[in-house]
Amino acid sequence: MTTKLKVVDLHKRFGANEVLKGVSLTAQAGDVISIIGSSGSGKSTFLRCINMLERPHAGAIEVAGEPIALKTGRDGALHAADSGQLQRMRAKLAMVFQHFNLWAHMTALENVIEAPIRVLKLGRADALARGRLYLEKVGLAGVEDRYPAHLSGGQQQRVAIARALAMEPEVMLFDEPTSALDPERVGEVLQVMRALAEEGRTMIVVTHEMGFAREVSNHLLFLHDGRVLEEGAPRTVLAQPQSDRLKQFLAASLK
Amino acid sequence: MQFDVIFAPETLLLYAHGIVTTLELLVMSLFFGMICALPLSILRSSDKPWLWGPVWLFTFAIRGTPLLVQVYLIYYGVGQLPWVEARWDSIWPWTWFKGPLFCTVLAFVINTTAYTIEIIAGAIRATPHGEIEGGRSVGMSEPMLYRRILLPSALRRALPAYSNEVILMLQATSVASVVPSLIDITGAAGSVYSTYYLPFEAYLTAGAIYLLLTLGLVALFRLAERRWLAYLRVRGT
Repeated sequence: MTTKLKVVDLHKRFGANEVLKGVSLTAQAGDVISIIGSSGSGKSTFLRCINMLERPHAGAIEVAGEPIALKTGRDGALHAADSGQLQRMRAKLAMVFQHFNLWAHMTALENVIEAPIRVLKLGRADALARGRLYLEKVGLAGVEDRYPAHLSGGQQQRVAIARALAMEPEVMLFDEPTSALDPERVGEVLQVMRALAEEGRTMIVVTHEMGFAREVSNHLLFLHDGRVLEEGAPRTVLAQPQSDRLKQFLAASLK
Repeated sequence: MQFDVIFAPETLLLYAHGIVTTLELLVMSLFFGMICALPLSILRSSDKPWLWGPVWLFTFAIRGTPLLVQVYLIYYGVGQLPWVEARWDSIWPWTWFKGPLFCTVLAFVINTTAYTIEIIAGAIRATPHGEIEGGRSVGMSEPMLYRRILLPSALRRALPAYSNEVILMLQATSVASVVPSLIDITGAAGSVYSTYYLPFEAYLTAGAIYLLLTLGLVALFRLAERRWLAYLRVRGT
């Protein structure tokens, strides 16, 4: 087993409000880890700290055995000591966002090949082949030349997943990937994610989809008030919640 | 009305000369204006006061004063300073201030730079934050983020506002006619007027030429928007 991602004792505060009070996580190759919790529990912030889109105040992050070099800034938060290294690390940690975050002025295919060409320095022909391959994989063959605004939400999110896949990352980070979608579009995105999990990709998924968490992931974290309150095998954690907080949360999300 | 005078070969030649000068002034001002405005608009959209402050002061001063005053200041002001005059025969770059065309273009460049900065900086600031995070998340460096995401997206969205600036600049080049020895379209009309004493014919012709040039510019920008703003268009149109 190789360790793809190791996050140790992550702390983060916004002003005086401490949103992460020491969260750790280790992902081996092929792990699919779901993170659940109510809004404000810190789960999205935790995910965004992993690739330094948010700056944590303490903790350590290691991607495929290489720690991200961090140093404390004047505001007390950590930032990358070497921006070149951070960019290399981010390229290994592809992220899929709640609101897709596609580049509006580029077509679906251009969105997918942009970073492989510019960041990974792949040749254009190779990148195009890779782009078409991954668009087809997420079920979007035929929409290569459409702009994001001309695609449905579910299609846009699948382009975003193809964009992440085209980086051939060590770990994929999903930040509530279905929360901004129409209910009838959620299924198509979850289906793609399930296929990726079955291929053995390492995924960290912040989600509200309890079905996905239970059936697809092999590890589950329940975050509450900036801490991991419960964790373990999803079926066990969800079937036998130990804390009152998780019981309440599950009761509310099953409604 | 005596339009036969207007259509006399020597008058037409005078107007043709005027059109060339006007287009020269326009193209040079816009070209150098854009070169100056691009980096300055990046500074203008920065969140650090010591970066955006000076640029803001510049655009405020230029947009708050008439172009005519700016042309006078440079042509009659800077261009006539004894200190500059003592150098304009031999010492670069002061040699340039001897030419009326240079002084006028300089004033136009400064003017259009200020307006263009505000147009592009506004478009940069309006870039959806998610697109920037999308770039960061795949490992783009800050310069690459500007080159590949922020500027291409902002320049496209700035196109309609910038086409306005270009058309205003075309009309504004008529200010050049106050500089002696520069014969732009308005200058040509002035010369026809004073030779034949036909004010309506002379200036109506000038007006018609500006109108046609504006139509041409509008068509060009329509083509540009069709090409570069396709992603904003409703499908099927």
